[in-house]
Amino acid sequence: MDDKLFTYAVARIRSKELTLFDKQDLDQLLASKSYNDALRFLNEKGWGTSGNETAEQLLAEQREETWKLIHELVDKEDMDVFNIFLYSNDFHNLKAAIKQAYVSKDVPNIFIKNGTVDPMLILESAREHDFIKLPAFLAKCAEEAYEVMFHTGDGQLCDVIIDRAALEAIHARAFETDNELIRDYAELKCAAANINIAIRAQRTQKSYEFLERAFVECATLNRKRLVEATLNSEEAIYEYLETTVYSDAIEAIKESPSAFDRWCDNRLINQVRPQKYNAFTISPLLAYVIAKENEIKSVRIILSGKLNSLPEDKIRERLRDMYV
Amino acid sequence: MIDFLASNFGVTLAALGAALAVFFAGIGSAQGVGIAGQAAAGVVTEDPSKFGKVLVLQLLPGTQGIYGLLIGFIALSQIGILGGSSDISVAKGFLYLFACLPMAFAGWRSAVSQGKAAAAAIGLVAKRPEQFGKAMIFPAMVETYAILALLVSILMVSAIGGMNI
Repeated sequence: MDDKLFTYAVARIRSKELTLFDKQDLDQLLASKSYNDALRFLNEKGWGTSGNETAEQLLAEQREETWKLIHELVDKEDMDVFNIFLYSNDFHNLKAAIKQAYVSKDVPNIFIKNGTVDPMLILESAREHDFIKLPAFLAKCAEEAYEVMFHTGDGQLCDVIIDRAALEAIHARAFETDNELIRDYAELKCAAANINIAIRAQRTQKSYEFLERAFVECATLNRKRLVEATLNSEEAIYEYLETTVYSDAIEAIKESPSAFDRWCDNRLINQVRPQKYNAFTISPLLAYVIAKENEIKSVRIILSGKLNSLPEDKIRERLRDMYV
Repeated sequence: MIDFLASNFGVTLAALGAALAVFFAGIGSAQGVGIAGQAAAGVVTEDPSKFGKVLVLQLLPGTQGIYGLLIGFIALSQIGILGGSSDISVAKGFLYLFACLPMAFAGWRSAVSQGKAAAAAIGLVAKRPEQFGKAMIFPAMVETYAILALLVSILMVSAIGGMNI
């Protein structure tokens, strides 16, 4: 590897980008007559090995292959920056482990495999109420969430504490790096979460204390002003957003939460798209992971639309912009 | 040692010039071909059928090393190290040294830059193999500056022999 230029890795990613779905591929998938036809199309495109996989297996396989490739291309010391993408999985596993410990019952298939910490270690820590074995970024909030869960039985508050800690961990770690792409990713993720919380909290009339606990610090949104606007009215939130870099998201937010999710994904893809022309550094690899996740998300939307026999235009309006 | 250098200072300087031309241009080409080679290996890992195309692009930054060798060879011939008399004045020694420097430094830096341009062009071929001709042009443009340096070095090294100093 040439002094962190990642020349070999980027060249391999350039070849791999050829296999990413473009808009035409998605249109073809969307034009499939049935769910089974859509699966067949994916098989023809090289998804799956046996041809008998379920949709979830196909998607999981794609994700695993992406991470296998990244582990092959990136040294252990540089994997740190990729772990930022996996922190959400760790925090999801922490939620699941605390709740499983709370109900004292084994619930199957609730853990996500692809995290930075072994889910069994998280579960063991939750069962023993001893989080010292966990990494600091998880242990910090685990104790608080555990106490809340076991003393109040309030699952939502437990989730709020962990969700906020997850975003803080992603933001903090991203801003420790000097990679602009991952910083923008973390910033957008935190801002989107704050906007989502603001809208939902406003509609359910949450208290000041709840908002103080739920909102996470980020550079592009003023936490104090967002809290004030949320306590005021939905219109006040839009008025505040009008003064921020998220002003063009207002229409999507008004439309529906899924439209806003789509807006966020499209914005992220637009942010990373210049990496298609970058021949060096780790950024094109990060962009590939984001692009692959985006592709998996779009394929999942089409497959679930086909499975539920949704009309084509309803599925199409949920589709994300593609990287290639 | 000091006595030897004092009595052969002219030829020592000239030999240093020849060595620098070979040394720096060689380093540059090794780095450039190395960078492009990594990119080529990445593409061939995924698609071995592109070997021929990426190999041509990988070799582009190799020319500076050859130019350096050429200047070194001409300089060594001119100063008589490869045969004949090597009795040259200090002034001529300095001139030979300076004559070799364009090739040394322009060769070194242009080869590294060309290697990076070649790596980017290899990425282009990976995605659009039909654009191979255009992909060749981008790194080949860097070659211009190596050729300019080669020309100046050749003109200078060849002319110094006839000067009466």
